[in-house]
Amino acid sequence: MIHQYQNNGYNIVLDVNSGAVHVVDQQAYDVIACLNEMNADHTADTLKTKETEDTLVKQLSGYDAEEVKELLADVIALTEEGRLFTKDTYENIIEDVKQRKTVVKALCLHIAHDCNLACKYCFAEEGEYHGRRALMSYEVGRKALDFLIANSGSRRNLEVDFFGGEPLMNWQVVKDLVAYGREQEKRFDKHFRFTITTNGVLLNEEIQDFVNREMDNVVLSLDGRKEVNDNMRPFRNGKGSYDLIVPKFQRLAKSRNQEKYYIRGTFTRNNLDFSKDILHFADLGFEQMSMEPVVGPDTDSYAIREEDLPQIFAEYDSLAKIMIDREKHGKGFNFFHFMIDLEGGPCVYKRMSGCGSGTEYLAVTPWGDLYPCHQFVGEEDFLMGNVDDGIVKPEIADNFRSCSVYTKDSCKKCFARFYCSGGCMANSYKFHGTIHDTYEVGCEMERKRVECAIMIKAAMADEGEES
Amino acid sequence: MKHIKTLNTQTLTNTMKKGGCGECQTSCQSACKTSCTVGNQTCENKK
Repeated sequence: MIHQYQNNGYNIVLDVNSGAVHVVDQQAYDVIACLNEMNADHTADTLKTKETEDTLVKQLSGYDAEEVKELLADVIALTEEGRLFTKDTYENIIEDVKQRKTVVKALCLHIAHDCNLACKYCFAEEGEYHGRRALMSYEVGRKALDFLIANSGSRRNLEVDFFGGEPLMNWQVVKDLVAYGREQEKRFDKHFRFTITTNGVLLNEEIQDFVNREMDNVVLSLDGRKEVNDNMRPFRNGKGSYDLIVPKFQRLAKSRNQEKYYIRGTFTRNNLDFSKDILHFADLGFEQMSMEPVVGPDTDSYAIREEDLPQIFAEYDSLAKIMIDREKHGKGFNFFHFMIDLEGGPCVYKRMSGCGSGTEYLAVTPWGDLYPCHQFVGEEDFLMGNVDDGIVKPEIADNFRSCSVYTKDSCKKCFARFYCSGGCMANSYKFHGTIHDTYEVGCEMERKRVECAIMIKAAMADEGEES
Repeated sequence: MKHIKTLNTQTLTNTMKKGGCGECQTSCQSACKTSCTVGNQTCENKK
């Protein structure tokens, strides 16, 4: 499968099944397109036939025939190297991959089902997750860490995210659990990577010092410009949160040397010009940023709709160009959704089998219930067990394990399948009532982000050659 | 090649040989929590 697109003056050819990315001139772009249209299943052998050459030369009569033949030879060479017209041979091994024994390697600890903000789009419904306000006790948290260690097999690095609601509302338990984890990692030869996701309201110097000492990553929630943030992220009394939070986040980011954190926003239909919010982050001095599209039904006034996509695509394009320009001038910043590692990214096993929710990754409620991920918390059909009894409904894990890019029709046709791994199962469930589908508006945005991310790589490669 | 510049040397096909160790980070733990971002992770298999 080949995906071709033009962006910011670059002609890009992605060989989907090998992951090879080619930046080509217009002539090569047209030759590859013509060959792909002729036969999407070309092999080196079919490319070498006289018929292919004659048809190509005839169809591209506007180009010099010798040049076209030279390009055909290049395409044949790349195909023989496994970098063009590569066949999808992974589907044959998906069953083996799915039957492998998985271990639990990450937990999302819902340390507080309570929040001191009242964000309008919160999937946790102001922290309550369709349930009651509650704080996780140390005892429940300790059992969760024990469960993780006991179910992690030989995996050494274990990830624990302190999540909410707002985890700083239960700060002492966070500290105690980190201390407990550090004791246990010595006993069991494990290493905990703790992370925390916070709205910053209760952030102070003591918390900052602890976070910097103990947390591998910190996710700081802020939506961007003051008016945008305060519209969606007010306190319960309606007052905006921007003025209180921004200076705290700036201090924290600086104290972490602008590394190992993300300032993370959510954009909605109310700020489809969200690139301005990302640039606002940059203006505030942040260097690591993330901006997620809100996910919600069309009945929510702020939800992203299909008709918004052209504007969103234009925003991503504009942001990508600005990022290239800033990078060239030594003022670059990192945007999570444009991060792509073309050389050392995850293996194809990971890419086809998804995010690991329900199998490798579980969420724990304040009272110790286990769910496939934070987004399923409160959906009783997905209650898998608890920290005392472990997984009592393994069939739920089996259902998640059976999900892959090959079980979803829309993924089979999609060029981006090895970058999103089939997308978010919670989003699929929200829109289709099954985890075995895709959330199409989300897919459209993901495809655009992958295109932009690759284009940025092309531009940076250009820059490297020029300098 | 005069007309074609390939940006990467590694291919997904090659990762079949040593892949599948499972040491990589869980994607949702980093900075999304509402989408799926496997492609921007880094392989942790240093073998």
